[in-house]
Amino acid sequence: MKNGTIITIENLAKHYPMGGGKFTALSDINLTFSKGEFTGIVGPSGSGKTTMLNIIGSLDTPSEGATNVLGTTSREMTPKVAATLRKKHIGFIFQTYNLMSVYTVYENVEFPLLLLKKSVSERKKAVMDAIQWVGLTDKIKSKPPQLSGGESQRVAIARAMVKRPELVLADEPTANLDAKNSHHILRTMEQLNRELQTTFIFATHDDKVIQYLRRIITLEDGTVASDEIAKQ
Amino acid sequence: MLKFYLKGLFRDRARSLLPVIVVTIGVTLVVLANSWVTGVLEDMVVFNARFATGHVKIMSQAYYENRGQQPNDLALVGTSSFMDSLESQYPEMEWVERIQFGGLVDAPDENGETRAQGPGGGMAVDLLSEDSGEIERLNLEKAMVRGRIPQSPFEIILSEQFADKLEVEPGDQVTLISSTMYGAMSITNFTVSGTITFGTAALDRGGMVADISGIRQALDMTDATGEILGYFPSGEYDDPEAASFAAAFNEKYSNPQDEFSPVMATLREQSNMAGFLDLIDYFKGIIVTIFVVAMSIVLWNSGLLGALRRYGEMGLRMAIGEEKGHIYRSLIIEAVFIGLAGSVIGTLFGLFFSSLMARGIDISGMMQNSTMMMQGVMKAKITPLAYYIGFFPGLIATVLGTALAGFGIYKRQTAKLFKELQA
Repeated sequence: MKNGTIITIENLAKHYPMGGGKFTALSDINLTFSKGEFTGIVGPSGSGKTTMLNIIGSLDTPSEGATNVLGTTSREMTPKVAATLRKKHIGFIFQTYNLMSVYTVYENVEFPLLLLKKSVSERKKAVMDAIQWVGLTDKIKSKPPQLSGGESQRVAIARAMVKRPELVLADEPTANLDAKNSHHILRTMEQLNRELQTTFIFATHDDKVIQYLRRIITLEDGTVASDEIAKQ
Repeated sequence: MLKFYLKGLFRDRARSLLPVIVVTIGVTLVVLANSWVTGVLEDMVVFNARFATGHVKIMSQAYYENRGQQPNDLALVGTSSFMDSLESQYPEMEWVERIQFGGLVDAPDENGETRAQGPGGGMAVDLLSEDSGEIERLNLEKAMVRGRIPQSPFEIILSEQFADKLEVEPGDQVTLISSTMYGAMSITNFTVSGTITFGTAALDRGGMVADISGIRQALDMTDATGEILGYFPSGEYDDPEAASFAAAFNEKYSNPQDEFSPVMATLREQSNMAGFLDLIDYFKGIIVTIFVVAMSIVLWNSGLLGALRRYGEMGLRMAIGEEKGHIYRSLIIEAVFIGLAGSVIGTLFGLFFSSLMARGIDISGMMQNSTMMMQGVMKAKITPLAYYIGFFPGLIATVLGTALAGFGIYKRQTAKLFKELQA
């Protein structure tokens, strides 16, 4: 990989069996992503955005072609290697927040660090920092059902960022939020991207997100229709 | 990490409370069923011991070999001194003499001619000694239908059915035509003192109970007896204790070359009791097996339902980087804690209810007439087994059920879980 490149995708195709034949979700994808990007994969529903995000995040594997994510190629991506990659280097933010409802805000954010076997003091400092980034220090003992949608998504951002990952993948992060909350969390992510040099890749078709992106990759019917630097 | 899982487990009642309740109920029922089966079946063993076998029984070698025929010509002789010897050597035991007898019972008319007759079989026990416990041991007073217990050697109790057949009433005379222990004919008159219900068809057809002194005279069995029954002071049969006791006795007294030398047989060695005692163990095994299988299926299903509810959580944990195996192990750890909690609580509940039932349920009111063979009170019995018979199956069933449910999650593709996470 070139200096500064953290992801390369070469001749990627993804097929799913459907009936007697197969459905092609992605085909002939060639892309590279560099450290610190704030990039969106945009396109209508069914264009392959989520599939691509899943493959980058090692939750799915390519049918054809190859990927190299943070130095790990798709050929060497065993389930164990993929889990380790996600555990150490990748954070996820979902449309529906996916917080664990029985745990407090603090515990939800702490979970990735428990998997990394961090010490109590390391965990405490990192969790408090992450919660502070998203402005929820007064909510650390609250549980998800007690939070608004915007607050829940900020907790999800803190959970994704707490281990200081090199890459954050956000799948429609503003889909369930109103405009005010959407801008709030996007500004938070933009700030974290600038301060921590974390690479953010979004899958979205929300204009509110698109206006924050510095690079926009447009997918249409599973192929890259355009790849351009956004006008800021 | 364990603390984290347990926090989640205890806070999510659908994950913890419901399975704990299911396990608790199952374990409670197993402990209760075990105590009940143990109590009722062991009561039957105790009753058999009282009625027929004793905890141990001493017979002559030849009598033992032909015990199916109850051959009084092979009876033990010199029993008064032998009884003295037994009582001095084994003072903790209670020893009683019994004679099983049979013959033709004849009911005469007013002219002394035969009016009715029929074959009968009976048991001669000590009914007249003041310190005899036989009346109580055989439940005779409660089983009486008409009349009273014999008060002299030549009084006899007939089964109610037998008395009806012979058309005799308490106070009437009957003649027992039998053979002495030396093979001579024996004809002895007895007065019917009362009638009784034995509770089994065979005995009710022609059963009799008489005092042993009268039967001794009738059958010319002075200082002889067919059987000497021994009872442990606890009143409960202990097979290993009985076996070692009998082995020691036989070592000391029994001589294979002398067919009239005494031999001791344990309850287990008599009247197919070995099969019955084994049946008790089989019953317990069946209860535990049914419990483990049924509980595993229930918990498997509730585990699957729980897992379906938690697919989102599983997908999230995998997305964050937790391995499938790690998630699977966490489910098993949760199951161990649920199983432990349910098993402990269930065992305590089971023991509590068993202790209530150990006082006994009086069913005598439900029975038209009490019988010798049926006890009026059925009760549970708590044995050391009750402390763990539900505990380990409860734990195993919970872990097994979760393990089976966990396969459903474990076998799923990461991407499928992830899709459910996004749904």
